[in-house]
Amino acid sequence: MAAAVETVERAIPPVRKVPDRFRTFTTAIASVAPVILVVIVVILYQQAAPAISHFGLGFLTGRVWNPVTNTFGALPAIFGTLATSFLALAVAIPVGVAVALVLAEQGQQAIRGIIGTGIELLAAIPSVVYGIWALYVLAPWSFEHIETPISDRLGHGLPYLAQPAVRGLFNAALVLAVMVLPTLTAISRDVIRATPRGLRESAIALGATWWETTWKVILPAARAGIFGATILALGRALGETIAVTMVIGNNFQIPPTIFAPAYTLASVIANEFTEATGTLYPAALIELGLVLILVTVVVNIVALLLVRSTGAKASV
Amino acid sequence: MNRNARRGYMSRASLAVMYALTVLALIPLGLVLWFTIAKGLPPALHLEFFTNAFRPPGIPGAGVKHAIIGTGILVGLASVMAIPIGILGGVFLAEYSVSWWASWVRLASDVLVGTPSIAIGLFAYSLVVVPTHHFSGYAGSVALAVLMLPIVIRTTEGAVLLIPNGLRESGLALGLARWRVSLQLIVPAAAPGVITGALLAVARAAGETAPLLFTSFGNQITVLNPNGQLEALPLTVYHYALLPYKSLQDQAWGAALVLVVMVLGINLVSRWVLRRQIRLAGQL
Repeated sequence: MAAAVETVERAIPPVRKVPDRFRTFTTAIASVAPVILVVIVVILYQQAAPAISHFGLGFLTGRVWNPVTNTFGALPAIFGTLATSFLALAVAIPVGVAVALVLAEQGQQAIRGIIGTGIELLAAIPSVVYGIWALYVLAPWSFEHIETPISDRLGHGLPYLAQPAVRGLFNAALVLAVMVLPTLTAISRDVIRATPRGLRESAIALGATWWETTWKVILPAARAGIFGATILALGRALGETIAVTMVIGNNFQIPPTIFAPAYTLASVIANEFTEATGTLYPAALIELGLVLILVTVVVNIVALLLVRSTGAKASV
Repeated sequence: MNRNARRGYMSRASLAVMYALTVLALIPLGLVLWFTIAKGLPPALHLEFFTNAFRPPGIPGAGVKHAIIGTGILVGLASVMAIPIGILGGVFLAEYSVSWWASWVRLASDVLVGTPSIAIGLFAYSLVVVPTHHFSGYAGSVALAVLMLPIVIRTTEGAVLLIPNGLRESGLALGLARWRVSLQLIVPAAAPGVITGALLAVARAAGETAPLLFTSFGNQITVLNPNGQLEALPLTVYHYALLPYKSLQDQAWGAALVLVVMVLGINLVSRWVLRRQIRLAGQL
């Protein structure tokens, strides 16, 4: 008997850890994504090096952009990028959160499905189509029905609201607001859905109305995630190029009023890069791109961490 | 008025405001589609619009054949680069989701999705155009591939995660190798979701303008060799829309219509396939 048991024990080989080659292989393939991200930053830094060493930090605060004298300062473009993005968010946040609330809890499944598909299609429309629409439809309409009345009534007392223009900062912000709405809505909806069900039920059990539940319980609970969604939308707005380039007026200045023509980091690159000659001019444009990408990467990481902390599945 | 009645009215009024804002949010979609169709349909109804290339303003019979072919080549090449890598990357994220490297890959992909497309254009310019000294379709497709990659990775991951673990365990219990389980069992089961992700990435790439401006650059004649400068539909819309010729502006709207039909068509079909897949996977 004892001998037989021994034989069986010897028949089973000791557990040997087999190297998982498939894991090694797919790990290497998947690493392409982080590697590309790093390479983008490194290669743009290399290409921008002449401008970085020539202008130093003064590049970020300079106000003059003159290829003829090789003087390049990015401040007006940075200002334009921030101004259009924040203005767009100010318009988009109330609408986006409202749609997210409707999608997350109210209404019948069928209506919600239609609204959801509509918002998804809004995200799918190419930027250049928003651009041509904004250029020929939205901007002239807004000039006539929003900018001119505001400027006529308030422009004398508040000089920042004077000088309406078809192509300018305000109209660029308006089209941006439409374009970031889907991002804002989709993420806010996921975050609101991820709030614990018990919270809502407790509030309702205490006799709170729908609005009281939403305003005093759900929105405070989803605050961090909605903030994350907003920052994610900010990242999209900062980098949006073509539609903005078509309606912002492309004037390298810090605009005197919110309606006046301006410029953004992305639209300077889009407009001028193919015509840039010499060493310093293209390098300065690539440095604008480097500033843009560093800012958006930081903004995106902060936003993603915020959204993930809420436990929502971040369906970016 | 009684306080509780006021609370009820307040609640219903706020709900009405939410719905009003929702309608407001959908108005731009309606307007964009309406104007693209209304202004784009007249030029796009002529057959020459699809069979002829650029002709100077004033000469009839101009079309966007060169742009349609260019978009096809650019997106095709980008797909060949991005889709296989993206699928394998997504399989890694789903199959080894607990590994510490997976969370970094996930973060990098999500950051890459949000990276400005113009910066990706600058990257492709520095990587391909600078060493080869000329604009080319290859450079453009590299830029588009970088845009597509993170989308394919994340949607593949999502699709693979939908497959119940039982299938994976059955395969391993039968003694199949890990790669066989993943590539011959799990990925085919998740195929509709994976294909959807690839299609969404294709739709996104087909609509991008900014990364092509100084990589593929654009052209007025039909070019089939990706080593040359290729025109693309978004470039046509962008360039023609800003020119002062009515006939070219009309063609820009026509090209925009072709683009919208293509992109929204792909989106609607793939979303339908994806919903069906989620439903079926629930029954597995």
